[in-house]
Amino acid sequence: MTSEAVSSAMHHSVGSSGMRKTGARVALADMVESLRSIRVALVFGWQDVAQRYRRSRIGAFWLTLNTAIFIAAIGLIFGTLFRAPAGEFLLYLGVSIIVWNFLSTTIAEGCTTFIASEGIILQVRMPLFIHIIRTLWRNVIILGHNIVIFPVVLFLVGDFLDWKALLAVPGLLLLILNLAWLTLVCALICTRFRDMTQVFTNFLQVMFYLTPVMWMTRTLPERVPSLVYEVNPFYHLLQLVRMPLLGEYPDGISWIVALGVAVVGWTWAIIFFGKYRWRVAYWL
Amino acid sequence: MTSIQLQNVSVEFPIYNSPSRSLKNRVLSVATGGKIERKSDRLVVVSGLRDVTLTIREGERIGLVGHNGSGKTTLLRVLSGIYIPTHGEVSIEGHCISLINISLGIDPDATGYENIRLRGVMMGMSPREIAEKMDEIAAFSGLGDFLDVPFRTYSSGMQLRLAFATSTAVRPEILIMDEWLSTGDEEFKGRANQRMAELVDATKILVLASHSRQLLAANCNRVIWLEYGRIKMDGAPDEVLSAYFGC
Repeated sequence: MTSEAVSSAMHHSVGSSGMRKTGARVALADMVESLRSIRVALVFGWQDVAQRYRRSRIGAFWLTLNTAIFIAAIGLIFGTLFRAPAGEFLLYLGVSIIVWNFLSTTIAEGCTTFIASEGIILQVRMPLFIHIIRTLWRNVIILGHNIVIFPVVLFLVGDFLDWKALLAVPGLLLLILNLAWLTLVCALICTRFRDMTQVFTNFLQVMFYLTPVMWMTRTLPERVPSLVYEVNPFYHLLQLVRMPLLGEYPDGISWIVALGVAVVGWTWAIIFFGKYRWRVAYWL
Repeated sequence: MTSIQLQNVSVEFPIYNSPSRSLKNRVLSVATGGKIERKSDRLVVVSGLRDVTLTIREGERIGLVGHNGSGKTTLLRVLSGIYIPTHGEVSIEGHCISLINISLGIDPDATGYENIRLRGVMMGMSPREIAEKMDEIAAFSGLGDFLDVPFRTYSSGMQLRLAFATSTAVRPEILIMDEWLSTGDEEFKGRANQRMAELVDATKILVLASHSRQLLAANCNRVIWLEYGRIKMDGAPDEVLSAYFGC
């Protein structure tokens, strides 16, 4: 009898709904509940990657292979074009592309997160942020695959890691923290306005060239002001992970920008999510 | 105490991709479907439920009847907490599971065992619960060694057996169903019906939408008739069913 009482008491807090429809508290409650049942997100995120391994020997490493070939090709072409020292440029390019791919794929998949989970959202009452965690987790696992390119390039170039590389870990966490709110906002907007997915994809494409991913800031001609990349938050997020892996300290300004964007972004995302969370099921 | 309460609940669906065209200000009343109305110059709205007030207490077995488009599925989704109503208040007390698409969460390329686990996670079962019920689910499905091979290699009957066996292993306080689950060959059907009866007995509230008079008469102690998103009749099964089915 007691166990029954406990289990029903437990479900009360989870099961009751409709007290409030909108507001920051709704958004926060959704996120807290998502973190409590994070296992669902982790299992299904893992499942998404596992699916790539079915009937394929190397599975998700196909993505890694694609990335590696891309890096090799671009490294060869641009290294010659920019007359950058081949080894240094290859290492720079390798790290940049791996991190950028993680960033842009997460945002691009973020756009379709709710749309892709339509079946679940319309049938199972689940906090919505769970689907965002699933997208993030899936992309972190893919990043884990792609990162193996880095030691290979490091070996080819004949370079070594030093302890500064450890700074890439907090940098990556800060990047993920920022991607989480970005993904949430993109998912909400794209569920309501389906065309926006294309707009965001194009935006990411432009940002890929605008952000120093394939080019180095010091190869920029004199007449171009450094403001071109310094006002770009993607640049600072990228720097936080990239610089430590290249054996340098990221600038203080990059930490400040990343933290500032996280605080402002999350505040905005929570208000936005609180306002429209209840509409998502209707938009699907 | 398990209960569901709806207070003046209305659900309106915005239709964004349909221009308000020639709908003018009149309200279209058609044989099936909800009401389509024009809210403003730009927005077309379909109302799925209109001003529904309803209290469901522990022990009630509710049957839902109504024509296609009368709001049954919308009401089921409100009762499961998926649609938050546009107007009115909802309060749901209790752990709720809806068995609408029992194949949700299944990965065709994963094995039977993996799919039992995936489907269990989707229904909110804990790892321990899944481990405890694994053997029983496997035995009930009757699939034996097939549980070790990918789901996609199963015949459609076998696929349904697995989905059914896993989905009915839960013991929620509130159970929501769109049509009765019944599946398989004669031998399996008998066992499946018995298992459904056990599941229904174990839940405190059942809400079942169905077009089968016999089924509703056998399983429900209260029937609600929906029409154009409103409750047209609410009462004892005999009374409502004979009014709805017309004899």
